[in-house]
Amino acid sequence: MPTKTTTTLLLAALLLPLGSSAASRDELLGQYALSARAASPAFSGFSAARGEKLHVTKFAGGKAETPACTSCHADSPLSAGRTPAGKSIDALAVSLTPTRYTDPAKVEKWFKRNCHDVLGRECTPLEKGDWLSYMISQ
Amino acid sequence: MKAIALKIPFRPIALGLVVLLFSGVLLERAQAGGGHFFPPVTDPLVREECGSCHLAYAPSMLPKSSWTRMMGELKNHFGDDASVDAAKTERITRYLNANAADSGGQRNGGKLLRGVSMENAPLRITELPRWVSEHRKISTAEWKSKKVGSKANCVACHVDAERGYYDE
Ligand code: HEC
Ligand code: HEC
Ligand code: HEC
Repeated sequence: MPTKTTTTLLLAALLLPLGSSAASRDELLGQYALSARAASPAFSGFSAARGEKLHVTKFAGGKAETPACTSCHADSPLSAGRTPAGKSIDALAVSLTPTRYTDPAKVEKWFKRNCHDVLGRECTPLEKGDWLSYMISQ
Repeated sequence: MKAIALKIPFRPIALGLVVLLFSGVLLERAQAGGGHFFPPVTDPLVREECGSCHLAYAPSMLPKSSWTRMMGELKNHFGDDASVDAAKTERITRYLNANAADSGGQRNGGKLLRGVSMENAPLRITELPRWVSEHRKISTAEWKSKKVGSKANCVACHVDAERGYYDE
């Protein structure tokens, strides 16, 4: 009996952090969905495929040295990337870096910086939700 | 006589002596700052906000005037937007200034800053005369190589820079 209780407690302790990080990602996606619907009533959900396209497309609106998200993040979300100043960046895929996208302020800060660098403008809630869905699916 | 001599474990003793000597040297360096050690950033907030795009540079490599100036222009930080909210900006500025080259007891930074006026507020470590002379032997090809890419990429050559050591 005590062993069973201990096992259950251990399991719960293990699952709890997992559950809460998934929950904070879902919450963030939910907020982007609300904003996306407000921007366009035709909004019908996020698409990981569109997210992948955004991730690898080369844009002309941002800085010349960083035309795409993949200029710093690796071509594959499953690989580590590198900044222009040489700092290594952990893989973007949630499966490889489980702590990703669990701090909404951090996510928003980097969307703002990186979308400016790459597209020369902020990303829309639709783009953010698509991109995030892609990374969660990886 | 011979048999006794053979029983003495010379190897472990010698090894132990070498280890002792070596750690003594390291300790000395860490304490007296024998040229290679620049205490790394320990504050988690500064590591997070100043260590994602590049190494979180050791605060003792620049004077207070530099950090204060840099923290006031984070919106345009070498072409990047590195800005953070006002409360975080203040906390980071305080940490950098408290550990700056001219904050007292930071003799290493003092060495790197020889010949630089503390009021001049240089923004680049890589443009300090002393840094330039330490790196004069490195060729343009090496700076531009894929492994290095930028002078600011200290870790490419100083593998222990994250821990504050800048020997090769
Ligand atoms: C100039 C280099 C650079 C480019 C280009 C870039 N990023 Fe990033 N990105 C970073 C760095 C550095 C981090 C912070 C380090 C980390 O989280 O591992 C980061 C982090 C992020 C994060 C936060 C991750 C988290 O764990 O919360 C998101 C979201 C993100 N990037 C999205 C993008 C998108 C979308 C693009 C393309 C539009 C892009 N990035 C292009 C450098 C870049
Ligand atoms: C969004 C990315 C980003 C963030 C965040 C960032 N930096 Fe930088 N920083 C850069 C870039 C880009 C350079 C120029 C690198 C180069 O020349 O290759 C730079 C250069 C520097 C240099 C000069 C390096 C040299 O050449 O000697 C210092 C010092 C510095 N940063 C300090 C900071 C501090 C302090 C913070 C935190 C408040 C910070 N950085 C946050 C992108 C960033
Ligand atoms: C291309 C490789 C390379 C890069 C990048 C590089 N260094 Fe160096 N650094 C060297 C070499 C080589 C020496 C000379 C070592 C010697 O003579 O013992 C040196 C020497 C030094 C020294 C003097 C060490 C001593 O023995 O007193 C310091 C301090 C230092 N570098 C700091 C930095 C910092 C800070 C950065 C990043 C802003 C940096 N280096 C980037 C290669 C590099």
